[in-house]
Amino acid sequence: MLTLEGVRQVFRSGQDLVVALAGIDLVLDRGDFLTVIGSNGAGKTTLLHVIAGNLIPTSGRVLIDGEDVTATPAHRRARRIGRIVQDPLSGTAPTMTIAENLALASKRSKRSLAVALTRRRRREFAEVLRPLGMGLERRLDDPAFLLSGGERQALTVTMATLARPDILLLDEHTAALDPANARRIGELTEAFVERTGLTTLMVTHNMEQAIALGNRLVMMHKGRIVLELGGEKKRSTKVPELVSLFSHRHIADDELLLETAP
Amino acid sequence: MVALLMHAAEQGLVYGIAALGVFISYRILRFPDLTVDGSFVTGAAIASSLVVLQGLDPVVALAVAFAVGSLAGVLTGLLNTRLGITDLLAGVLSMIMLYSINLRIMGRPNISLLRAETITRSITALFAPLGSAAVLVFLAGIVLFIKLVLDFFFKTEVGLALRATGDNEAMITAQGVNTKTMKVAGLALSNGLVALSGGLVAHYSGFADVGMGIGTIVTGLAAVILGGSLIRSRRVGWMTASVLLGSLIYRIAVMFALRYGYVIGFQASDLKLVTSLLVIVALVVPALRDRFVRRPKPC
Ligand SMILES: Nc1ncnc2c1ncn2[C@@H]1O[C@H](COP(=O)(O)OP(=O)(O)OP(=O)(O)O)[C@@H](O)[C@H]1O
Ligand SMILES: [Mg+2]
Repeated sequence: MLTLEGVRQVFRSGQDLVVALAGIDLVLDRGDFLTVIGSNGAGKTTLLHVIAGNLIPTSGRVLIDGEDVTATPAHRRARRIGRIVQDPLSGTAPTMTIAENLALASKRSKRSLAVALTRRRRREFAEVLRPLGMGLERRLDDPAFLLSGGERQALTVTMATLARPDILLLDEHTAALDPANARRIGELTEAFVERTGLTTLMVTHNMEQAIALGNRLVMMHKGRIVLELGGEKKRSTKVPELVSLFSHRHIADDELLLETAP
Repeated sequence: MVALLMHAAEQGLVYGIAALGVFISYRILRFPDLTVDGSFVTGAAIASSLVVLQGLDPVVALAVAFAVGSLAGVLTGLLNTRLGITDLLAGVLSMIMLYSINLRIMGRPNISLLRAETITRSITALFAPLGSAAVLVFLAGIVLFIKLVLDFFFKTEVGLALRATGDNEAMITAQGVNTKTMKVAGLALSNGLVALSGGLVAHYSGFADVGMGIGTIVTGLAAVILGGSLIRSRRVGWMTASVLLGSLIYRIAVMFALRYGYVIGFQASDLKLVTSLLVIVALVVPALRDRFVRRPKPC
């Protein structure tokens, strides 16, 4: 489904070069649910940017279903890739109404001069919002900026479900929410992924979540994948174990750097 | 007095079309587009030279004015999205280029339409029974038509995508929309309307002048902001209505200022200064209010 081959991403910041991704190789099969952990600055967000097409990697290739999309602009990958990020503000158009936001997301084919919001569409939207239990189905004509962070993120997840992508990218999408809302959005996402069986890549700082969700786990550090767990191994791993692995890998990696440094 | 008010209302309507254009770039796309100072004149230049020099039908001339005005918007859009020139500078460059182009179109700094078959003349002849109200009724009809078409457009799938482009560009890109194309299209529509307005103004006032576009962006903004403060709805239909209302009120205020302003020493030449000051106040007051009163931010 999704293949990364030797993806490197180097940024220039002032005089320095920042190596955000130092050669990532990754293959995700259809229906794989990969959780990604790693310290701040490990390159997790950059990785998702490269997959979504917001960044063209310095070198390496990105393939979706065997097709090289390394340089395909983001808007042309959008039909296949859904994306939810940490900031609830980023997933919706703030001055447009809930119904209009849903209409924007539910359009997969070419956009036409047909009226976007028919009465039938509105009824459908009310139906997809009702299970959230947030009363959003009664607020179809409220602009999105009136919603709370949790409500907005719920709307964003709902929009992703309407768009029915093949690949879902989640970047700490519950991190800005209070615990109750974070759990709710987490469950909502899980149910969605389970129902549709789409290929998912989820970045999280919550180790418990990283173990509990999905069938594969990778740990990133300084632009590399330093640990990969899958199947039985992943399920049986406990949080303390993972944390110690986490710190171990850090040290190991730092030593490695020291050794190889000129 | 009634004649004066009618005159102000007519002006409010013709300039209201330009204000709708400014509304599209400034409010919908959040693109402060200065091209309009040039494309307004382009519309006037084309609509008058085609009628006076080529003897074309006024309706055809106005349609061509709209089309060429759209091209001016495309130019600015491409400068910004393809060549990466900032929005303000892209608009300024287009505006300056249009100055030369407008002179080329007219072949001289101004054209008189006094003896030409203008749209205003054909309308007065066509709707003779209406007497002196013919032009007002005609303009109201055109403006209402444009408003309704825009309202419809902004509810279509493409229209929604255009609005989202100004609202949250990253989000609508992630929904598969090429925002560069959207910006170019939006600016084309905006400048097409501004040029149509310029063409109508030329026909209505009986002349086109290469300097007549100066301040189009400011008067447009004045109408957009004034209207927006009177009708605070986010529904598109109300927003376009507010722009037209703003334009009407602005023109009526100008009429009073020109007629009675001499009492406080006001001259016609002060108009642009005063309008700009009003726009500054209108832009600063909400910012100040936001600083002192916390409330949900729309964007
Ligand atoms: N546009 C950019 N220009 C320069 N450096 C960048 C840019 N984007 C990211 N970086 C750098 O690349 C590195 C990886 O950043 P990235 O955002 O991918 O980390 P992350 O793993 O998502 O971290 P976090 O857990 O804090 O979200 C960081 O050192 C960051 O400063
Ligand atoms: Mg990140």
